[in-house]
Amino acid sequence: MALISIKDLTLGYDRMVVADGISFEVNKGDYLCIVGENGSGKSTLMKTLLHLQDSLGGKITIGDGLKANEIGYLPQQTVVQRDFPASVWEIVLSGCQSHMGARFFYTKEEKKIALENMEHMGILGFKKRCYRELSGGQQQRVLLARALCATRKVLLLDEPVSGLDPKVTAEMYELIKELNDSGITIIMISHDIHAAAKYASHVLHIGKEVFFGTKEEYVNSEEGKFFLSKEGGDWA
Amino acid sequence: MMDKLTLFFSYSFVRYAFIVGILIALSASLLGVTLVLKRFSYIGDGLSHVAFGAMAVASVLKLTNQTLLILPVTVICAVLLLKNGQKAMIKGDAAIAMLSVGALAFGYLLMNVFTTSANVSGDVCSTLFGSMSILTLTKNEVIICAILSVIVVVMFIFLYNKIFAVTFDEDFSKATGVNADGYNLLIAIMIAVIIVVSMNLVGSLLISALVIFPAISAMRLFKSFLGVTVFAAVLSVVCAFSGMIFSVLAGTPVGSTIVIADVCAFAITSLIAAIKGGA
Repeated sequence: MALISIKDLTLGYDRMVVADGISFEVNKGDYLCIVGENGSGKSTLMKTLLHLQDSLGGKITIGDGLKANEIGYLPQQTVVQRDFPASVWEIVLSGCQSHMGARFFYTKEEKKIALENMEHMGILGFKKRCYRELSGGQQQRVLLARALCATRKVLLLDEPVSGLDPKVTAEMYELIKELNDSGITIIMISHDIHAAAKYASHVLHIGKEVFFGTKEEYVNSEEGKFFLSKEGGDWA
Repeated sequence: MMDKLTLFFSYSFVRYAFIVGILIALSASLLGVTLVLKRFSYIGDGLSHVAFGAMAVASVLKLTNQTLLILPVTVICAVLLLKNGQKAMIKGDAAIAMLSVGALAFGYLLMNVFTTSANVSGDVCSTLFGSMSILTLTKNEVIICAILSVIVVVMFIFLYNKIFAVTFDEDFSKATGVNADGYNLLIAIMIAVIIVVSMNLVGSLLISALVIFPAISAMRLFKSFLGVTVFAAVLSVVCAFSGMIFSVLAGTPVGSTIVIADVCAFAITSLIAAIKGGA
């Protein structure tokens, strides 16, 4: 059974339909890239998957032992966070909230998990540093470590490389690839069609036409060819 | 000067008043950090005016224990404002302005029309700017203030980690199964309680200062949430204490003296931050 299966989903705000007819499946270990133009409903889809927003129609089924709150999330930066006084340690640890329930304080075990994830993301040296003083790439690593504290199963990444320079972008993609190789299912929203082509196993294209399939199928599809020619990228 | 202080502190009601003042300053500053970071600073202002209106109604009805009416009314408004504010920021902004001015006018009108006291403007003045001297607080008020602010402080300590998570990233918290709406509601209730409690000390016009100044000052100097929270609490207590001492000695109104102390602290922390930043 698939981790997440979506059937005929309609997305939108206040009865305004943004996108409809979306169907796809995510299986364990997949690397799904969601592409589409601005305003095509990518972020809305992500919010709906995270239960931050209701869908207007269709069905989301979660299976394979995955619970609704076992989806980690790497959000786009908000205005609040830009000048928020918080240390890296405080932020990463807050990811552990997801399995605390009504308990008030963190256990030793949770602190250990937080430290391990920081080491994994290469930010252990920044433990005491202030989040807002870090570079964009470092901040993303902090948020990734936090997401890993929340779950080891599925990560949803919302434009993880926006605003990063090319070198840091490449490093970020490698890091996400590593996570995927270690068994974590990745769902990533991206403008970057080249990255989708290089790293993803599946592609969901939303817009006027909805396409879902493996990367190879996408490259040979109408939408894929159109998007490809417009972006002018070379596909692996 | 010491003689005068010793004399004052030999009265038990003076000591109680100081304890209450410090507890109020402590609880206000703790929640202030969250409010400022969530961009909800203005909510404190709006709520304090609502509390003023409710107090006017309570005094017209000649209730013996006014808190019983003021507290529920303010809590309900806090919950409504916070709910509305999240949906549409601009609309929420206007709603708060309308509510606060409306409540202020309503309260003043009631107090004027149905007054039983000989000194209406004195009454209004002390509700807006706090009692001229904390010594006029009744024993009942002192006990209620103390209990409520202790409850807020204890709740804050226990909910600290959750408050941090919800303040830093509400969407992430919700997505990973934290009941963010529930905690927002709790925060709103705690804010309402603090505002009602601190009305006696600084009056409804100056409450925002007690909530906002320590948090902003602490943010100038500290870079972790824990550091900001602890420093804001300490600073707020220091300012409240020194403000009260000064007002006792110099005979100035308590509320505004405490607020002036907070303003000075803000100026000093800004200066330190500027020097550190420049160096």
